[in-house]
Amino acid sequence: MRMPMLSVANLRKNYGDTVAVDGISFEVGPQEIVGLLGPNGAGKTTTINMILGVLQPTTGTIQIEGIDIGTHRSEALARANFAAVYAPLPGNLTVYQNLRIFGLLYGVDNLAVRIEALLGHFGIEKLRDVKCGLLSSGEQTRVSLAKALLNQPQLLLLDEPTASLDPAAARDIRLRIREFVTQGAGGILWTSHNMHEVEDVCDRVLFLSGGRILLEGNPRTLPVEHGRKTLEELFIAVAREPLALGTD
Amino acid sequence: MSGSRIAAVVLRQLYLMRGSPARVIPLFVWVAVDVVLWGFITTYLDAVTSAGFSFMPVLLGAVLLWDFLVRVMQGVTIAFFEDVWTRNFLNIFATPLSISEYLAGLVFSSIVTSSAGLVVMLVLATAFFGLSFLAYGPSLLAVLLVLFLFGTALGIFSSAVVLRLGPASEWLIWPVPALISPFVGVFYPLSVLPEWMRLVSHVLPPSYVFEGLRALVSGGTLSATLMLWGASLSVFYIVAACWCFARMYRHAVQTGLIARYSAETVS
Repeated sequence: MRMPMLSVANLRKNYGDTVAVDGISFEVGPQEIVGLLGPNGAGKTTTINMILGVLQPTTGTIQIEGIDIGTHRSEALARANFAAVYAPLPGNLTVYQNLRIFGLLYGVDNLAVRIEALLGHFGIEKLRDVKCGLLSSGEQTRVSLAKALLNQPQLLLLDEPTASLDPAAARDIRLRIREFVTQGAGGILWTSHNMHEVEDVCDRVLFLSGGRILLEGNPRTLPVEHGRKTLEELFIAVAREPLALGTD
Repeated sequence: MSGSRIAAVVLRQLYLMRGSPARVIPLFVWVAVDVVLWGFITTYLDAVTSAGFSFMPVLLGAVLLWDFLVRVMQGVTIAFFEDVWTRNFLNIFATPLSISEYLAGLVFSSIVTSSAGLVVMLVLATAFFGLSFLAYGPSLLAVLLVLFLFGTALGIFSSAVVLRLGPASEWLIWPVPALISPFVGVFYPLSVLPEWMRLVSHVLPPSYVFEGLRALVSGGTLSATLMLWGASLSVFYIVAACWCFARMYRHAVQTGLIARYSAETVS
């Protein structure tokens, strides 16, 4: 059995008396897309920030491809990358300049070749000398994803990657992310509020509420298992009646 | 430490300067303004005071060397502020970049920008007012080294303050050199200061530089012991500033401030 790309154990984050993440454990396997779902304030972004090393857990461990982020931060983060709608690349640098700088930060070999390949893959060759601050939402998302794939990460974290995109652009982005999984060995942790997208893309979902994992399973069968017709209905139930579902 | 990661921080600054005259022009303009302003003031003072004493190396030389220290400090802080202004902390600190690599990148960025200002300063002061820094001989290197090290320490410490207090605290940083300058005797010997100010000046490395310079232009020599003491103090301040920055970073990671920096506080 291959080592998980991400292994989270007993992860907890307290802000004073407030518990943002309450002892969660989960894994993301190779070539697996795991959806991290939950209402606003459930602890999704807090969890992602801890995995990215920008937020220190109160307790618990995070391993990326077996490397503990707490004790070997640089080595662990070199195997991961992320894209989030709330973390756009600096708008005063061009697409190429941003990719070059982040490529150096991630220690990418043959960087020039890799950048050209990603510009082609995401259809943004014509934008290479355009400052990122001048790009449309869809173009910025493509550039963020190109940055996220620069180091061919073993773990890709995507926080609402298709938010603010039109349906056609969102579908195109989903296809390209799917390609990343099928053509490599990496795994993806994906957050989204679009349940149709989650059903389409994710192999497994974790429902988070109040900092705890309430439900876990296949997004296509999980609603029926819990007496709901769709994943969206299940999501709404988690948001409104987390205690009832947690004891199902 | 990874050379490529340090290079990435420097490269970012070079890209920004290449694409933005607003970033390049201040590297030269303020230096040029100081040369012209203090050049004419010292020319005037030389004309109205008794013969035998030249204000040129004492005043103009000192002002320009102080300017160099300020440029070094600003070189570090502005490179840091670029991440503040573009809200780039989440992107940059989620990479394998370590804090020591990040700080090294800021310092190398400052070397590039402050060197540019230094060259302009040397050329203008020599060409228009006949002040040749080269006349100081090898002592100039020791002087520049102490000022560079202390400017670096100030830059790193200032960045740590902004990291802790948030973007709005930027205004606290800019006056720091002005607050220090009365204590280090840029324009006057330390002997004119009251006792308590002289005590403070003893722990500020530029004091040794400017006292040494005055001794040098009065026909004496630059004390190697004083320069060594100034350099040692500066190194101590750099270590302390790096420790302070690392501590502020750890605090920001513990509290979640890095990810929500624009909020300025998480409390």
